[in-house]
Amino acid sequence: MATTPPLVVRASPLRRLQKELFGSRLDGLISIALLAALLAAGLGFFRWALFQAQWAVLSANSTLFAVGRYPVEQQWRLWLLTTLLALATGFSWGLLRAFPGSGAGRALWPRNDRWAAAILVVLALWRPMALQLTIAIQVRWWGIAGLLLLARWAAGRYGPAIPQACRRLIPLLWPLLYLVGMVLISGGLGLVQVPPSEWGGLLLTVLMATFAILLCFPLGVLLALGRRSELPLLRWGSVIYIEFIRGAPLITLLFLGQNILGFLLPGGLSPDRVWRAAWVLTFFAAAYVAEAVRSGLVAVPAGQLEAARSLGLPVPLALVHVVLPQALRVALPATVGQFITLLQDTTLLSLIGLLDLLGTARTVMANPMFLGKNAEVYLVLAILFWSCCAALGLGSRALETRLNPHSPSAPQA
Amino acid sequence: MTSRSEVTPWWRNRRYLPWLVQGAVALVIGVVVAFLLTNLLLNLTARGLLLSWSWLGQPAGFDLAETILPFDASLPYWRAMLAGLVNTLRVVIAGLVGATVLGTLIGTASFSSNGLLRRLARVYVEVIRNIPLLLQLIFWYFVVFLALPNGRDALQLPGLVLAKSGLFLGSPELVDGVWQAPLRFTVEFGALLTGLVVYTAAFIAEVVRGGIASVPKGQWEAASSLGFPPLLTLRRIVLPQALRVIVPGLNSQYISLAKNSSLAVACGFTDLYSVSETTLNQTGRAIEVMLILLGSYLVIDLVISALMNGLNGLVQLRER
Repeated sequence: MATTPPLVVRASPLRRLQKELFGSRLDGLISIALLAALLAAGLGFFRWALFQAQWAVLSANSTLFAVGRYPVEQQWRLWLLTTLLALATGFSWGLLRAFPGSGAGRALWPRNDRWAAAILVVLALWRPMALQLTIAIQVRWWGIAGLLLLARWAAGRYGPAIPQACRRLIPLLWPLLYLVGMVLISGGLGLVQVPPSEWGGLLLTVLMATFAILLCFPLGVLLALGRRSELPLLRWGSVIYIEFIRGAPLITLLFLGQNILGFLLPGGLSPDRVWRAAWVLTFFAAAYVAEAVRSGLVAVPAGQLEAARSLGLPVPLALVHVVLPQALRVALPATVGQFITLLQDTTLLSLIGLLDLLGTARTVMANPMFLGKNAEVYLVLAILFWSCCAALGLGSRALETRLNPHSPSAPQA
Repeated sequence: MTSRSEVTPWWRNRRYLPWLVQGAVALVIGVVVAFLLTNLLLNLTARGLLLSWSWLGQPAGFDLAETILPFDASLPYWRAMLAGLVNTLRVVIAGLVGATVLGTLIGTASFSSNGLLRRLARVYVEVIRNIPLLLQLIFWYFVVFLALPNGRDALQLPGLVLAKSGLFLGSPELVDGVWQAPLRFTVEFGALLTGLVVYTAAFIAEVVRGGIASVPKGQWEAASSLGFPPLLTLRRIVLPQALRVIVPGLNSQYISLAKNSSLAVACGFTDLYSVSETTLNQTGRAIEVMLILLGSYLVIDLVISALMNGLNGLVQLRER
C-alpha cells in the first residue's frame, strides 16, 4: 500500500491567531484582560522611559561602569585588548561558518549571520552615541566593530585555504589571548602594574566570571570522577566537599574567604581581596559543576568503561578517551546552566565591598548627585545580564545540536 | 620476551595500586589540612582569639530593626543570633508557600489553551531566570517598595494598607499621619519576600511544567473521553502522576530558596547572615560566627530535605 503524506491544512495566520486567543469564551476573556494589561504596562513603560527617566546618570558614569577606577593613562591597554578580542571573535566566527557542520552550508553570509552583523552595526553606531561618549571614543567603537566584521569576512573567505595542520592550532588562540589579556590588564612584562583594587565595573565582572568558569570546570570534572570512584577515600573526600559547599549559601563562603582565609595562611601570604573572592567563586562553582558532570557520567553505560578496559586501556586513558567525551556531551546543558548561574553570582561580590557592575551601581547611587535614579541604572544592568545569560543559553543549545551524533547537522567524522 | 618483563612491577600491581593512590591522596590532604590548622592555631593564639563561646553571653549592644522575639541592645549575642535565625525562618517559610503557589500557577499556565497566556508564562520564566537574584532584590527594595507613598496617599484596600512604612493588615488606622495596625510587615521584609517568591517561582514553574509534561498525553485523552472536565482531569488524574516527578525537583528549589534568603542584607532585612556579619565586626570572633552560620544553614537544608523526602514517600507509586 502506497503511503500518502498526512493531509496538513495550514490555516491562515489570522485564523490561527483567532483560535489561539479566542478559542472559547473563557479564553477570549483571559486574552482581552491580558492584552489590556500588556498595553497599559507597555504604554506606562514607554512614557516613563521617554519622558520621565533621566538617562544622564549612565552617560556621566560610563567609564566607571565599564572599567571602574582603572587609571586613565593605562586605559589604552584595555582598548588594545578589546581590539584583539574583536579580531579573535570575528576570526573564529568566520572559521566556524567556513566549514560545514554548522548545518548552514557554505554560504559566506548565512541569514543568521546577516542578522548578527546588522545588530552589531546598529549597536556600534547607536550605543556610543546614546551614551554621549566623545567623538574620539565613538570612532574607536566603530573601528572595533568594523575590524570584527572584516576578520569575520576574511576568515569566511580565505579560511578554507588554511592548511589542515595549522587549523588544529587555531583553538589555542583563545587560551593564549586570555594570558595576554591578563598581562595587559594587571601589568608586568614591562607594563605598569595596576593592582586588582583598581579594577571595577564590567571589567571586574567579566574577569571574575571567566576566571571562575575556566578553573571550576576541570575541578568539577575531577570531583565528579572522584565521587564515582571505587576508591573509598576519593569517593568520600569528594562527597564531603561537594555536600559541604552545596549546603552553604555563597555569601557565607565569600564572607569566610574574606575573614578566615587570612587566619589559615601564614601572615602576608594571603592573596588580595579580589583574588580571594575569585578563588571562593571557583571552588563554589566546582561543586555544582561536579554534580552536573556526574549526571552525565551516570548516563554512560558501565559497559563502555569495561569494554575499554578489556581492550587494554588503563583506567585514566579509558576515562579520558571513552567515558568523558560521552558524559560531557550529556552534561553540557546542565554545565552551561551552572556557568550562567556563576555569571549571575558575580553580583554577590558587591556585598563584600568589591566594585563589580552591581557594586559600582551601588556606589553611584550613593552619590547625592544621582539620588533616586535607581530604576534607570538597575534596568540597564538587568538588560545587560539578561542578554549575556540568554546568549550563553542559546550558544549552549546550538553546541548541543552540533555535538549530538544523531542530529542531521552533526559533522561527519 | 624475557621472564623479567612478565612479572608485574609492584607499583602497577592491581592489588597494591588502589592503596598507593589512596595513600598519596591521604598524604596530600593530610599535609594541606595540617598546614592550614597549624597556621590557624598560630594566628589565633597570636591575636588572642582562641576558640571560646563565652562572648555569646555578653550584651550585644546593637539593636535589630525587626524581630518577633523581643530584643534590645542589652540582651546577649546569642539572643541576637536567635532573633536573626527566627527572621530567616520566617522569610523562608513564607517564601516557600508563596513561591510554590505562584510557581504552580505559572507552570500550569504553560499548558493553557490560550496562546497568549502560554507565551507569557514562557516569557516570565526566561526573563526572571536570566537576571541575577541580587539585582532583582535591590530593584524591588529601592525602586518599588521605597517609592511607595506614605500617610494618606498610601495604597488602601479593605483591611490592608501598603505604605512606605510597611504593609498593615487587619483594620489599619491613620494616627497622626502614621499607619497603625495589629499586624505589620516592614518594606524590607516585603521586598525580600517578593524578590524571593518571584525568582523561585520561575524555577518551580519549570519543575511543574516538566512534571506535567512527563504524564503521557493518553491520560488527558482518556480522562476527557470519560467525560472529565479539564480542571478535574488536572487535579485527579494528571497532578497525582506528575507529583512523582515534581517533588524531587521542588526539594532542590526549596533548598536554594533557603540559601538565597541570605541575600536579605541587600534590602536591609536583619536575617541570620546580617546579624552574624554585625556580630563578627564587633567581636572579631570569625571562626565561631562562621561555624554557627554554616551549621544553621546546614540544619535548615537538612530539615527541608527530610520533610521533602517524607512527602516524596507519600506521592511515589506504591507497588506490592
